[in-house]
Amino acid sequence: MILADVGVSNATLAEGLFVFMLAAFLGFVLISKVPATLHTPLMSGTNAIHGIVLVGALTVAAVANDAAADVIAVIAVFLGTMNVVGGFVVTDRMLEMFKKRPAPGGDKDAQKPR
Amino acid sequence: MTVSPLAIIGYMFAALAFITGIRQLNSPATARNGNRIAAAGMLLGLIVTEATLGAHNYAFIIPTMLVAAVVGTYVSRAVQMTAMPQMVAMFNGMGAGAAMLIGLGDFRDLTAGGQSLAPTESITILLSCLIGSLSFTGSAVAFAKLQELMTGRPVVYPAQKPLNGGLFLAIVALGIAIVAVGHGIGLVLVFIALALVLGVTFVLPVGGADMPVIISLLNSFTGTAAAMTGFVLGNNVLIVAGALVGASGAILTQLMSKAMNRSLANVLFSAFGQVQAGAGAAGTEGGTVRTATSEDVAALLAFAQQVVIAPGYGLAVARGQHDVKELADELEKRGVTVKYAIHPVAGRMPGHMNVLLAEANVPYPALREMDDINPEFSRTDVVLVIGANDVVNPAARNQPGSPIYGMPILNVDEAKTVVVLKRSMATGFAGIDNPLFYEPNTLMLFGDARDSLQKLTAEIKHEYPA
Repeated sequence: MILADVGVSNATLAEGLFVFMLAAFLGFVLISKVPATLHTPLMSGTNAIHGIVLVGALTVAAVANDAAADVIAVIAVFLGTMNVVGGFVVTDRMLEMFKKRPAPGGDKDAQKPR
Repeated sequence: MTVSPLAIIGYMFAALAFITGIRQLNSPATARNGNRIAAAGMLLGLIVTEATLGAHNYAFIIPTMLVAAVVGTYVSRAVQMTAMPQMVAMFNGMGAGAAMLIGLGDFRDLTAGGQSLAPTESITILLSCLIGSLSFTGSAVAFAKLQELMTGRPVVYPAQKPLNGGLFLAIVALGIAIVAVGHGIGLVLVFIALALVLGVTFVLPVGGADMPVIISLLNSFTGTAAAMTGFVLGNNVLIVAGALVGASGAILTQLMSKAMNRSLANVLFSAFGQVQAGAGAAGTEGGTVRTATSEDVAALLAFAQQVVIAPGYGLAVARGQHDVKELADELEKRGVTVKYAIHPVAGRMPGHMNVLLAEANVPYPALREMDDINPEFSRTDVVLVIGANDVVNPAARNQPGSPIYGMPILNVDEAKTVVVLKRSMATGFAGIDNPLFYEPNTLMLFGDARDSLQKLTAEIKHEYPA
């Protein structure tokens, strides 16, 4: 089996670039608004999101057809899974602490005195 | 082969979940929910992928994922809140390593029958290998520095920058050669090895104080590497998630370097080494230091109108956040107003100190950002500086020669009295002497932060009943 046959390809290079630019712009816009307080959880949360490379690792695993490819794939899947699971759990632990606050009205209110 | 429309819709919802998740991280009220939405999106993306790929190799993939999931959950549950920065570095490095291996695996697969790759294919593969490798070993060094497996000080050696520059050029040249030829797995392995070395040498000269900037930058790198694997595999969900993270890391890096008064260019071309190396040469003031006992400080605190607490990483290391809260509670019972001055880079990452204080149930509104609290210091009776150093160093304001000159700081020296809780006269992460300690209105209370805080609380309870 080769990559073109596994069926997860859904974009040509040009389409990919198009999507990449839009997503990067969206990332800038979304993240510029986050208050400094949440920067560490944000870094950790986005860290978990790039664990999406696991999708790539699974794809490589699907096309692996010799021992070396299997080894590469298993290590990649292991690392990717650690990234996803560890990333989301650590972020959740951090944010759990913010939840104990007496519900702040939003990021602006949360920064201001009573 | 055509992609099933159901898979495309699944990936689309996964991408939407990532966007919504990041959006909800905007506010403390919705942040936790946002993280869960992103996690659900991830699960959906993985299910769609496995369903599309079919039951080909579950025998060794599923157990691998299970083991990794158990280990990942255990490690992230067991770790102390103070160790969060190195946790992020570690998980970041793992994602980066995966991106590197995906590039390698794809290159092997696509050239297995002796074919040559089109430049568009090989460029994206090499980029995912390069950025993934850099971020992999870079994160490993960042982890080692923060975990104190190696020195947190900048590691410098002669001709460091020319060597790094030369290494980078060699990698680029080799990359161009691989693209031109279109095959040659041996060359790709050399390419990856060089990039792994560059990841190490690029982070080595960076000191502990600058580690947050580097972790943020590496987070951005890994996101970009993930997007590159998306190009390689032609998979939109990888491209969207990777681009979102790449952009977020870039923004964070910029915010952090701004807080440290460094330009992003300065960060990117790792001129940190130079700045850091000059740090030791900063002039030491030959002034005298006034030390105080916990009895003295307890009296000052008990009779103050307003007390501002300026916490730093030293507080976190001493695990003193609960003791700070206890002291603050006692003071508030006696009618003292207590506020917390949070420098943007207090702790080891932006927002790190907020997380630690939140853990101790410090009320959110008492935490004040730097710009909010700075005008208040002149009306403050006592400032307690607990384990903070560089972020309260007035040299940043008035010593143009200082390496941290121009960095925005907490102007604690404007308060009537400054009490510095510190283990010893040692310098902070940046390795710079702090003239604050020699000011006439500064008192030093030496000792372990947690120990000192407990003594203060006991003294106040005992001598100054509410």
